[in-house]
Amino acid sequence: MLQTFQETISRLVTLDRDVLVIAWLSLRVSLTAVGIGLGIGIPVGALLAVAMFPGRSVLVGLLNAFMGLPPVIVGLVLYLVLSRSGPLGSLGLLFTPGAMVAAQAVLATPLVAALTRQVVADAEAHLGEQLRSLGLSAPRRALALIHDTRFSLVTTALAAFGRAISEIGAVLVVGGNIDGHTRTMTTAISLETQKGDLSLALALGLVLIGLVILINALAATLRAHAARAYG
Amino acid sequence: MPAIELSDLALARNGTTILDGLSAGISAAGITALIGPNGAGKSATLRVIDGLLAPDAGSVRIVAAGPVRRAFVFQRPALLRASALANVALALTPLGLSRTERTRRAHAALARVGLGDRASAPATRLSGGEQQRLTLARAWAVEPDLLLADEPTANLDPGATELVEGLIAEIARQGTKVVLVSHNLGQVTRLAADVVVLARGRAVEQGPTRTLLTSPRAPETRAYITGELPWTSFAAAS
Repeated sequence: MLQTFQETISRLVTLDRDVLVIAWLSLRVSLTAVGIGLGIGIPVGALLAVAMFPGRSVLVGLLNAFMGLPPVIVGLVLYLVLSRSGPLGSLGLLFTPGAMVAAQAVLATPLVAALTRQVVADAEAHLGEQLRSLGLSAPRRALALIHDTRFSLVTTALAAFGRAISEIGAVLVVGGNIDGHTRTMTTAISLETQKGDLSLALALGLVLIGLVILINALAATLRAHAARAYG
Repeated sequence: MPAIELSDLALARNGTTILDGLSAGISAAGITALIGPNGAGKSATLRVIDGLLAPDAGSVRIVAAGPVRRAFVFQRPALLRASALANVALALTPLGLSRTERTRRAHAALARVGLGDRASAPATRLSGGEQQRLTLARAWAVEPDLLLADEPTANLDPGATELVEGLIAEIARQGTKVVLVSHNLGQVTRLAADVVVLARGRAVEQGPTRTLLTSPRAPETRAYITGELPWTSFAAAS
């Protein structure tokens, strides 16, 4: 056990290449997926908060349900869609980082949209009447409220990042856990633990936790600064 | 300036009657005050006039030569977490102006309310009085034909109240019809040319401010002016 810890520390201190490659790929895939999730989820969530149309409550219910999509099911559906005989098979994305981005984006987007809807709906309760009285269209009101809640939405982005980077089922199915190509921190930790290479698994685990703490700290700093500036 | 005709307005929410066949004519000139006790339907009437609330029955007819540009000032300033300038400029976006023109008009509006030097300040960091002046700047920037103000000084100290009253009077002087909801009869006397008294969702009396406040005809008006309690005694009497 002591030897495992020593090897883990050694891997981290010497910036072990395996650790760096895997961590960088994980970060790249998850940040891209979260970027896509934010780009789609924030406008959709904000519009659902401000616009009134038939079927809106059904849509909100579905969105909330999709927050809890089982990753492995998402992976399976994407596998079928991206496989050679699937509707998007011609893209050749299966077992590439692109497929993993798609899987994590599918998981992150409903989460972002549902949390954004809640945050924007709370702001709408306070500002909505004023914005409607200004004669602003629903998209313009949504945009104004996204701007108003931008610091709260950082938490939404964090939740999405947490969901994406810690996910294993979907990326394993559509990525294949190919060494040096689609191996992420979570899939590598799982594999290396099974193989008995606990030092690499632990090193990756510590990097994963460190990244999550670092990103949360940055977000907390941003929010504190914003609270001082804008109340 | 537009005149407003309210006919048989009815509005209920969650089983509570808010407007109960309210009919009134609001003159085209100057400032008209809507007064009455809490729950009389004053704020709801303003919202129905603005289109923020759709009445269950009845109609609002705004008599004007052309399209009427409206602005609404709420009791509690509703401001975005953005600069004072951005808050005013936002109100100008539906007008289809260029960004430069929006900024120019927003700066001009802030200067008119005495906030010219606070343009880049976060709106939510302004004092209560400054925030309400900012909402007036936002309303004024769109050069409205009709300004609806719902107890705009209810949360302000006397100094800030005086400033806001001065601005409302100035907006009216420049040709905007103002409909003001207020519980402050001194303010109503200072600002309004005429008054509509509401009680339990109906207009019970209307007329020139001084005449109505010195010689009220409706018992509800007399009770409201003299502060007679409980108000509900009229329900029992009638």
